[in-house]
Amino acid sequence: MTATSHAIEALELTKEFPGVIAVDHLSFAVREGEIFGLVGPDGAGKTTTLRMLAGVLTPDSATATVAGFDIGTDPEGVKHQISYMSQRFGLYEDLTVAENVRFYADLFGVRRAERERRAAQLLQAAGMSEFGSRLAGNLSGGMKQKLGLVCALIHTPRVLLLDEPTNGVDPVSRRDFWRILYALLGEGVSILISTSYLDEAERCHRVALLHQGRLLFCDTPAQLKKTLPGTVVAVASPDPRRLREALSGVEGISSLTLVGDGVRLVVDDGARRIPELRARLASANVPFDSIEQVPPTIEDLFVEAVRESSGRGE
Amino acid sequence: MSWHRLVAMARKEVLQIIRDPRSVGIVVAMPVIMMLAFGYGVSLDIKHIPVYVLDREGSWQSQDLLKRFQASEYFNVVRTVDNYPALVRAIDEGHCRFAIVVPWDFSRRLNAGGPVSVQALIDAADSNTANLAIAYSQAVVQAYSQKVQLDWLRRRGQSSVRAPISIDARTWFNENLESMDNIVPGVIAIVMAVIGTFLTALTIAREWERGTMEQLISTPVTALEIMLGKLAPYFVIGLLDTCLCALLGIWWFGVPFRGHWSVFFLSSTLFLLVVLSTGYFFSVVAKSQLAASQISLLATFLPAFLLSGFVYPIDQMPAAIQVVTHVLPARYYMAIIRNVFLKGSAITLLWKDLFSLALFAVILVLLATRAFKKKLT
Amino acid sequence: MTSDAPAVMVKDLVKRFGDFVAVDHVSLEARRGEIFGFLGPNGAGKSTTIRMLCGLLRPTSGQAMVAGLDVALKPEAVRQKIGYMSQKFSLYNDLRVMENIRFFAGMYSVPDSVLPERIDWVLEMAGLKGRESALTGTLATGWKQRLALGCAVLHRPPILFLDEPTSGVDPISRRQFWELIHQMAGEGVTVFVTTHYMDEAEYCHRLVLIDRGRIVASGSPLELKQQAMKGELLLVECEPVGTALELLQTAPEVLDAAIFGSALHLVVPQARSAIAGLRGYLAERGITVARIEPIRPTLEDVFVSLTSNKLEERSTP
Repeated sequence: MTATSHAIEALELTKEFPGVIAVDHLSFAVREGEIFGLVGPDGAGKTTTLRMLAGVLTPDSATATVAGFDIGTDPEGVKHQISYMSQRFGLYEDLTVAENVRFYADLFGVRRAERERRAAQLLQAAGMSEFGSRLAGNLSGGMKQKLGLVCALIHTPRVLLLDEPTNGVDPVSRRDFWRILYALLGEGVSILISTSYLDEAERCHRVALLHQGRLLFCDTPAQLKKTLPGTVVAVASPDPRRLREALSGVEGISSLTLVGDGVRLVVDDGARRIPELRARLASANVPFDSIEQVPPTIEDLFVEAVRESSGRGE
Repeated sequence: MSWHRLVAMARKEVLQIIRDPRSVGIVVAMPVIMMLAFGYGVSLDIKHIPVYVLDREGSWQSQDLLKRFQASEYFNVVRTVDNYPALVRAIDEGHCRFAIVVPWDFSRRLNAGGPVSVQALIDAADSNTANLAIAYSQAVVQAYSQKVQLDWLRRRGQSSVRAPISIDARTWFNENLESMDNIVPGVIAIVMAVIGTFLTALTIAREWERGTMEQLISTPVTALEIMLGKLAPYFVIGLLDTCLCALLGIWWFGVPFRGHWSVFFLSSTLFLLVVLSTGYFFSVVAKSQLAASQISLLATFLPAFLLSGFVYPIDQMPAAIQVVTHVLPARYYMAIIRNVFLKGSAITLLWKDLFSLALFAVILVLLATRAFKKKLT
Repeated sequence: MTSDAPAVMVKDLVKRFGDFVAVDHVSLEARRGEIFGFLGPNGAGKSTTIRMLCGLLRPTSGQAMVAGLDVALKPEAVRQKIGYMSQKFSLYNDLRVMENIRFFAGMYSVPDSVLPERIDWVLEMAGLKGRESALTGTLATGWKQRLALGCAVLHRPPILFLDEPTSGVDPISRRQFWELIHQMAGEGVTVFVTTHYMDEAEYCHRLVLIDRGRIVASGSPLELKQQAMKGELLLVECEPVGTALELLQTAPEVLDAAIFGSALHLVVPQARSAIAGLRGYLAERGITVARIEPIRPTLEDVFVSLTSNKLEERSTP
């Protein structure tokens, strides 16, 4: 494997709080110029990990390098190279959009001419050019999030750390947000983003799935999906519960989930099982609209991985 | 240290102060209200104590004595009653604080050469007033007694007799014995202690509560820049407030200003450094605005009010308490500021208090700087 | 699952705030036992509609009947018929499990005669038997969420409102939660869900997409994916993705383009006919296409294509 320089390297990162191990010997690396996702539900350790990498929380053991600086020995050096956007966006609600941007620019030592140029560019990309004098507290959720990003980017960090920036934001704004992120890659920024929206994992170049402080998987979304044993089959039906009854206990089905318009199955061999299921449902007189193989989602993967790891007796 | 970042912190703080109606209220209204409230409310003089009288005799001599009570500005004879139970009831019900009973054989005894005693009943629930009332009444009676004696002597041909000793009292520094002049400079110290601490007590806690602190500490700004940037606006505000209070004292309450403005500013600067750092420290330690504000009020107001020499002179306190007051910065500022208004001593005479104040300033600034860490606990 | 009268019937519902029309003639019907999903951008009118259905806001005009009651005439009675759960905000973290249950039982005036049985049921459903005296704040998210659900239905309401109930919850707990919801739906409870979480939307029987106060699409998740989207979706794999994206923004026939990891999703009017054209278009500009094929749109694709891309945003009222 080529030794590409890593934007972030974490080795056995650990953090314990009274009664809970938030991050448990986490190791991963983010390559330069990629968008890396830390994905997992609440309590998985995403925020704690990001805080340690941003130098605002001291790890219990081991260490990590961010943009070439060691967070253990030189946390302040790290801060010149990064931008961290916390879950609460770090916006000052009683300051205007322009004042917020100026404040962060000053903190990062961005000179006035540069600041004005960059602010204009960023605000326009975010669709917020006319909102310069509006108080940040009066912005909608999606706009606050974008303003948070603008403030984080007013200087050009080498590494961008984003803690659940799309939380509670509608899909349209989320797409805008991701568009901005992709554009950043062209400027040489490496991005580490955490999210509990599993479907957002698909947008990252590489993804680390976290569960209770531990790493379950780390790879590209496409590769990860290939690791799922079996095939995912979706059966659509107006009566999902009856469908479920008819299919429970059937050979070859390793998981069955009720969804709004039918059921979602994981079977061992799609080619073989689909016709079998079809026949079974027909003979049981259970109405269904379609049976087809569908691509697995990150959620399917996650469930499988957690099941496996708890099966291993953790 | 980056000047740029420091200015950015200060600018942000100023904008936030201006846009928060509560802080504007605290900065402008509170000093004025406190000055007026304390200035007028805390009066240590006792005047016009309500008095009831029971004159069992009703002779011209008893009337003469009672007239002296009436003439004194300390007493106000409200009513005359004709029986003892009425007198007791009057005190019980609070109609008077002080009651005089002149015995039925007053003039007879007096003419016979004495002694004769006049009874006084005092409501001592307020012992301060009671003590003063006793002292004043004894003075009145002494004066009358002396007059009676002199008259007696003169009638026997000693016309050149004079009272043997008289006290020629010259009150320095507060000629009218106006306690106002004493109180008002003290109020300035109290106000600055409370407001100075309270203002800064909220600032750090507020950033934690609102969630902006987490992101702030992920930037290159240093702990020192944060502190100086935040305290600078409050320092300016504090100085302006001190001047406001001083001017209020001089123009409104008519308190004299005999010292030098340079001493005033030097001591106020030092004291402000002390209180602002204290407030900052509370803000770092408390982490919630509510807790920080409560701690700051408790920790500054009560000690400043009770132990700084504001109302109760320090040298009248028990020895152990006096020792304690030495760790109270307000004590030194109180002494200096009273001096500046009422005495105007040369600065060389104030060096001890100034030095102590400076020492406190240094200690507390260091403490505040050390306390804040750019880390999540 | 079906019954004659709809559990919720909304007809031409309108809500105005001054000049601003938050809800613009919305009509819908939900049957008993149906799980109904409300999707839409922030400020689209979802919360306003929900508040009217909960009897918290008076409609400007139109009619809404919830469990047979008119929300404008009997808002108090309506509130007795509904349960509301918002996972992040319902429970008191510093109360114990049992204390939370009792609190909500009091809020919903659950009669003493049935209280023990209901409490039992909630504990059973949430899997918290034996943990009644645990501090709610110490529970893991999955448990808290089931407890919150239990507390919301102590009074056995026929209608249940859920606000992003499983966001941030691990997938296994989420599936368990939705099992419960489906069970309750099977017993006749009508469930309204609002969410931005497309994965959550998949669990609903029927979805309604609201934009700018109006319903722009409705149907089952499958129906929406098959029929509602304006155009068809193509997956394109090529390098470099960023440049390709920029080029494709202005390509003919491309209605929308977005990056997904190392691939692109394009919206075109007709997939089959567009493929050849696009391959050529990119080749002309020096980009070789590794893969290009039609894919089934996700709910998010549908959402984005149907809702407007707002340049001008209102501040949240």
